[in-house]
Amino acid sequence: MSDILNLSALGLRDAIAAGEVSAAEATRDYLDAIEAMDKKVCAYNEIFAERAMGRAEEIDKKRSAGKTLGALAGVPVAVKDNICTSFGRTSCSSKILENFHAPYDATVAGKLESAGAIILGKTNMDEFAMGSSTENSAFNATRNPWDTSHVPGGSSGGSAAAVAARMCAAAVGSDTGGSIRQPAAFCGVVGLKPTYGRVSRYGLVAFGSSLDQIGPLARDVADSALLLGAIAGHDTHDSTSIDRPVPEYLASLDKPVEKLRVGLVKEFHSESLDDEIRAAVDKAVKIYRDAGAEIIEVSLPHSRVDTDEGGQLSSYAVACYYLVATAEASSNLARYDGVHYGHRTADKVGDIIELYSRSRAEGFGDEVKRRIMLGTYALSSGYYDAYYLKALKVRRLIKNDFDKAFENCDVLLCPVAPETAFKIGEKTADPLTMYLSDIYTISVNLAGIPGVSIPAGLSESGLPLAVQLLGNVFAEETLLRAARMYEMASGITRLTPEIVKEN
Amino acid sequence: MTKPDNTQPVIGLEIHVELATETKMFCRCANRFGDPPNTHTCPVCIGMPGSLPVMNKKAVEYSMKVGMALNCTVPEFTKWDRKSYYYPDLPKNYQISQYDLPLTIDGHLDIPLTGGQTKRIGITRAHLEEDAGKNVHDFPAHTGVDLNRAGVPLLEIVTEPHLRSVEEVMSFARAMHRLVRWLGVSQANMEMGQMRFEPNISLWVGDPEKVFDESAGYFTPIFEVKNLNSFRSLERTCQWVIDYHQARIAEKGRGWSLADVGKQNWGFRDDLNACEFQRGKEEAHDYRYFPEPDLAPVVVDDAWRERIAKQIGELPIARKARYLDKYKISEKEADALTLDSPTGDLLDAAVAAGAEAKRCVNLMLGKGASIANERGCRIAEIRITPEQLAELAKMLAGGKVNATAADKIFAKMVETGDTPGKIAEAEGLLAIFDAGKIGEWVDQAIAKNPQAVEDVRAGGKKQKKAFGFLTGQVMQLSGGAATPAQVQKLLHEKLGG
Repeated sequence: MSDILNLSALGLRDAIAAGEVSAAEATRDYLDAIEAMDKKVCAYNEIFAERAMGRAEEIDKKRSAGKTLGALAGVPVAVKDNICTSFGRTSCSSKILENFHAPYDATVAGKLESAGAIILGKTNMDEFAMGSSTENSAFNATRNPWDTSHVPGGSSGGSAAAVAARMCAAAVGSDTGGSIRQPAAFCGVVGLKPTYGRVSRYGLVAFGSSLDQIGPLARDVADSALLLGAIAGHDTHDSTSIDRPVPEYLASLDKPVEKLRVGLVKEFHSESLDDEIRAAVDKAVKIYRDAGAEIIEVSLPHSRVDTDEGGQLSSYAVACYYLVATAEASSNLARYDGVHYGHRTADKVGDIIELYSRSRAEGFGDEVKRRIMLGTYALSSGYYDAYYLKALKVRRLIKNDFDKAFENCDVLLCPVAPETAFKIGEKTADPLTMYLSDIYTISVNLAGIPGVSIPAGLSESGLPLAVQLLGNVFAEETLLRAARMYEMASGITRLTPEIVKEN
Repeated sequence: MTKPDNTQPVIGLEIHVELATETKMFCRCANRFGDPPNTHTCPVCIGMPGSLPVMNKKAVEYSMKVGMALNCTVPEFTKWDRKSYYYPDLPKNYQISQYDLPLTIDGHLDIPLTGGQTKRIGITRAHLEEDAGKNVHDFPAHTGVDLNRAGVPLLEIVTEPHLRSVEEVMSFARAMHRLVRWLGVSQANMEMGQMRFEPNISLWVGDPEKVFDESAGYFTPIFEVKNLNSFRSLERTCQWVIDYHQARIAEKGRGWSLADVGKQNWGFRDDLNACEFQRGKEEAHDYRYFPEPDLAPVVVDDAWRERIAKQIGELPIARKARYLDKYKISEKEADALTLDSPTGDLLDAAVAAGAEAKRCVNLMLGKGASIANERGCRIAEIRITPEQLAELAKMLAGGKVNATAADKIFAKMVETGDTPGKIAEAEGLLAIFDAGKIGEWVDQAIAKNPQAVEDVRAGGKKQKKAFGFLTGQVMQLSGGAATPAQVQKLLHEKLGG
């Protein structure tokens, strides 16, 4: 592995600015790494090698001409394949959008490029971001760089695996119910879901519009802060993005939060939790306590995880989420009908209804169909009140729990996922078990608050462990500083899988 | 079975009005009719994956204006909802609309009926939504879709089922057409689909005084007829459906009821001048409304409401009544002057500048209307100022110009923008007060027309006509520079009578 690949995004940015490394060299090294490794990991759907080199050379020219460089000048990044780019395809890892070329850039893609980032390619994902393992991709199952027989998590599995395997300096993904944080946890990287409205959704192919949020996946907390600073902010094209200033996340990052109050979520610290993950959370409690933080036990009753006699987990939050998210998805995905967008059946059809049905039947994968059906049902006349409306009420109660918790705490501490990365194929037969991978992450989306997944070492079997910190709305600055406190004290950062060392 | 004696049409209307905003409802594409297909489109209005709507505030304000003019309440909180259905002209396969919390609710419109009476028609709601595109069937093997119209702001006004006859429906439709044009929120050009009607028509069979009282009668099925884009088709449809119901009642009796048959959708066929069945209640759509997560709810405070209320001003019905009362003009003239507000504003300003109302009205509806007609614009848009109009009316009143000259001056004034006084002088159109000069023309006319002179002198029934003829001859000789009063005075002196 080249030294360049070992630099953090921030380190690389500074090295390029100082003229120690050129953007072209860095980009070339990353493209070579992808070439060497992506056969094994399958993180990318598409690579823009030529375009990336061209952009890198422009950055180098700019630098030698003494021009001001952006915050990410020359940093090679990866973009999840549901974020529109005016170049290449935006497929959402779906057959139905296999050949979709967006005519415009998502606000985030535009912001990354105007900050000088080099977009290397588009990363694999669960189809339309629906899934927790990236196995729902219509093209390829991405592998976990720590053990290629395991999943990288999902739905931003491609982005997480690319960061972990040093096939990009950092990446962006999207998180609707844990889709940044859970794959970050599985791949041993830092994954941040910002507050709903902090980052523009314009150009993010919608799954659950009231839940979706774009965020960074990076090797350490500082890189997450760097990326968030570059992509956050109000956007006149997104009415749900909030008009408030973006703090300098990096400026105060290394300053520990004084009198930090850490809430330990009682309901998430249950018996059903995997032992090693529970131990990781306990260790985090100790680290914070040692750092002078106050540990407060808090309750999120409506996010509670119950276990029935047969050991089956259940949760209000999961039930609520799978009504809200699927209802929105059923509507958001209606446009892929073979007439407006997407794959059109080659079969002879009798009428337009048949054209719609066949095209959609051929174009969507099973999980997407399942969710469209769930959502359509939940919104149907006669069922709306019992399902969708009730889900909205539960959502409010979940949010109220968080509001109450943040009256006494600065951040909340809990696990990211109930277990470490599972084996490929292990859960594909049982969608409900797969849904429960998000048991600790989805209430965060329902509440609209920010959350970050931070690496917490490795399990006995050599797979990454992680803990999750949650913040109050728009408290990313505090959240990142608290995460950095843990990172510094634990010394766990920039974990490198064997596959990279072998390369 | 014979036709029952007691039937009462019960009709409610839905009216779609395209708002004349510069840009579309949720993007910044031009809101323009008639351009080549798909030239006013962007990722948002064609429903590109990843695109998001951003509300056009002007459209909301236009809608508030209409709602308030219809005496509606504008609630503090209103939101957007998605209405789902699949159709090729609907890019997202859902329409952004308003479901349970519309922008304006609970109003009424007083409509004029023959005999000078008015009737109050309840307005249930007026809500805002985006228009769909248009399917174009001009191709041999396929259908094209033009999305220029997709995303154009569309106001849907829904009445209570208060209309009881075709006459009331038509009066309401015309009043609504006039109102939206008056408010300047829509051109309401029906040929361009800018105003579309959807009547819901049923007959109450039973005591007409007790409509809705289930012990006194029952309803026939409700027929909903969509997309009527002319007054004629609306009128024809209502009459056709009423006749159809009558025939079905005669045939099926109590079996032709809302309870048994439900609601049906029918379409009007222009070519057949009749309606045809589209679908029954079994095939009714489930639109699966739910709150639009991409848009924030709209909160309307008092200050905003007041600002819009101020922009509304006097409404056409009130203005017409004022004109009849204060200006003493005819019903027909008052109607012509209240088709839009700028035309009446012009009149009011000229009157305020000291001109006589009746003379201004004559000028506006005479030469003014003919120029407007030639140009295909409104009278207020032919470019005359209230000052010009007032000055010309005063010149007429003072006998400084005659009516023929005034028309010439009017035309010139529109062309050049000069003041009527300046034009009259330059063109030699000022009335001549030189009795000697006019006397010469009178003598010439007398000499040339002995028969008319004889008729005048003879008295009798031909006298009046002959006198008028001679006056005309003198006017002609003067090239319009004499006034009829002067000519007639001299003719009387010379011929007696």
